[in-house]
Amino acid sequence: MSADNKPASSRAGMKKQLPEKFINYKHVWVFVELERGEVHPVSWELLGEGRKLADKLGVQLAGVVMGPPAATTRAAVEGSYRYGADTVYLMEDPLLTDYRNEPFTKAMTDLVNTYQPEILLLGATTLGRDLAGSVATTLATGLTADCTELAIDDEGSLAATRPTFGGSLLCTIHTLNFRPQMATIRPRVMAMPEAKDGEVSGGLIEVPLNMKEDDVITKILDFIADNTTNKAQLAYADVVVAGGMGLGKPENFKLVKDLAEVLGAEYGGSRPLVQKGWIDSDRQIGQTGKTIRPKLYIAAGISGAIQHRVGVEGADLILAINTDPNAPIMDFAHLAIIGDAMTILPALTEAFRKRLSVNRMAG
Amino acid sequence: MHIVVCIKQVPDSAQIRVHPVTNTIMRQGVPTIINPYDLFSLEEALRLRDAFGGKVTVLTMGPPMAEDSLRKALGIGADDAVLLTDRFFAGSDTLATSFALATAIQKIMETEPVDMVFAGKQTIDGDTAQVGPGICCRLGMQQLTYVQKVESVDPAKREIVVHRRSEGGVQVLKTSLPCMITMLEGTNQIRYGTMDDMFRAARADVRVWSAAAAGIEDMTRCGLRGSPTVVKKVFAPKARAQKARPVDGEGAEALAAAAIEAIFASQPKLESDLLKQSAGY
Ligand SMILES: Cc1cc2nc3c(=O)[nH]c(=O)nc-3n(C[C@H](O)[C@H](O)[C@H](O)COP(=O)(O)OP(=O)(O)OC[C@H]3O[C@@H](n4cnc5c(N)ncnc54)[C@H](O)[C@@H]3O)c2cc1C
Repeated sequence: MSADNKPASSRAGMKKQLPEKFINYKHVWVFVELERGEVHPVSWELLGEGRKLADKLGVQLAGVVMGPPAATTRAAVEGSYRYGADTVYLMEDPLLTDYRNEPFTKAMTDLVNTYQPEILLLGATTLGRDLAGSVATTLATGLTADCTELAIDDEGSLAATRPTFGGSLLCTIHTLNFRPQMATIRPRVMAMPEAKDGEVSGGLIEVPLNMKEDDVITKILDFIADNTTNKAQLAYADVVVAGGMGLGKPENFKLVKDLAEVLGAEYGGSRPLVQKGWIDSDRQIGQTGKTIRPKLYIAAGISGAIQHRVGVEGADLILAINTDPNAPIMDFAHLAIIGDAMTILPALTEAFRKRLSVNRMAG
Repeated sequence: MHIVVCIKQVPDSAQIRVHPVTNTIMRQGVPTIINPYDLFSLEEALRLRDAFGGKVTVLTMGPPMAEDSLRKALGIGADDAVLLTDRFFAGSDTLATSFALATAIQKIMETEPVDMVFAGKQTIDGDTAQVGPGICCRLGMQQLTYVQKVESVDPAKREIVVHRRSEGGVQVLKTSLPCMITMLEGTNQIRYGTMDDMFRAARADVRVWSAAAAGIEDMTRCGLRGSPTVVKKVFAPKARAQKARPVDGEGAEALAAAAIEAIFASQPKLESDLLKQSAGY
């Protein structure tokens, strides 16, 4: 047996020795992801989390807004205050209308080099991941991807926890001697904070981009918007029903869809189902799929591996349907039906159908 | 057209086990595969080579046994292979990995110019999606991640048009070569190599480079020492104080009924929400 975490753990005892040039790096920043006029909700979730980190450190929380000169950009600034930012760094420029790596990387690295934050959080979206990689490389600092938990340790460093390879372990990663400490977090991993009502305000630092369209090599020819009507809204659904390998064969997945339909729920599945082609990849739930935070999550024939668990732990109520009373999912589900999914699912579908229609007539 | 494809040898995740006592990963005897996401990039690179001529060089960083994955790639149709292996690379995080790979690509460029670099969207073991962008940034290339489709390439004008997945849709982007591309999964199907490819792969010379041979002078930028991130601890997740409560009942109907009672008892508002919804509000 080889201990794969050995080389790393030989540095686990390393203490923070922050080089002189980073001593003045302060405050927590959240990148506010504005695309096509809309802020991705993950940005508000991260402001909620960033607020806690900033309070623990006794520093300020800032939102970083980049966009075209437009009302929607100003709305993103206001939204940042509403979700907890003390200050907003704003770069307004026509070059920042649609996301392109080059101008956004320049914008972010310029801001970091000038205003020197100690922590920078981004959503682990296609945009956030594209940007985070080049920003961290340009700044030559550490980046922890897809974190599921953030905390501040006794030395005042960011402790970023993420699942590690192997199916049942988590690891906590620090960026000891480099700044900023960067992390990406997937949508729905952190709870949506309460928005402040009424008038909100805060500091505003406007910074010019200093770039011309001719300097940007990549051009946007077109944008083909998704047909949102039939797109899976899994991440933000109130009720989710999912199936796993315990369903045995692809035809049985219909039982999951039937229950989802009665509940007006979204459906999804574990990763092996995607790999086998039973469901589309945007229906995968878990670390490498969607993170969900529904009020009710029903998981049928899913064992509850760590990569699945981290994607569903934010659910208010988890019902597991499994033949094995000792399956790992029992460690984090709230309710369980110990039984065969192929008979339980249709029974649940029928019972919910009756309950919801009977009551409707009565009401 | 010369295309470099970065691949990684990873343990076959389906066969990974964790030691029940020590909580460490048991990799011994686990078969290795080419990171599945890399295959979509490899296939796209092979298609471009077939369409425009030129060659595909596969590059990996890893232990000496990672040569296997390069031979597999040669067997699928790649033309040339470079293995970057050195004990100085052990413990590299994404920053140190992209540094080593980018330096090796620069070394390759000294003798043969490179028009495109492909990398996997992410790996199944590290899963960070950061190495491709890291390499790209160091090489000063145009970055095209999450590509669904390579629409057209104009080698004379050195231009490429791709469809890139973004949050709410697809961006159609035009950029100049050289560029770095990561392909989205499911966008193509990896080919089977021909008999010729297989024979060639078995006999081919894989170039094996140490850090020094790849042109790396500053070893402090490699491996653990070149990695700003430090793994402080590895641990198993805590079970919740209470395990899942099994509902009582004989037979599917009784179990279903009991489960529904328990659900609505703990989430009273859920029932009224569902009712409103099913009544079509
Ligand atoms: C890097 C990495 C990333 C990953 N990302 C994800 C991810 O995002 N999402 C994800 O889901 N997985 C992910 N995985 C895979 C994960 O480790 C597990 O392999 C996977 O979640 C298992 O899927 P499963 O629970 O459907 O299947 P299994 O583990 O095979 O479980 C099947 C379950 O069904 C039960 N069962 C059997 N028959 C019945 C029956 N008739 N009725 C009811 N129950 C029955 C069994 O008791 C068992 O608990 C990832 C793995 C790696 C290495």
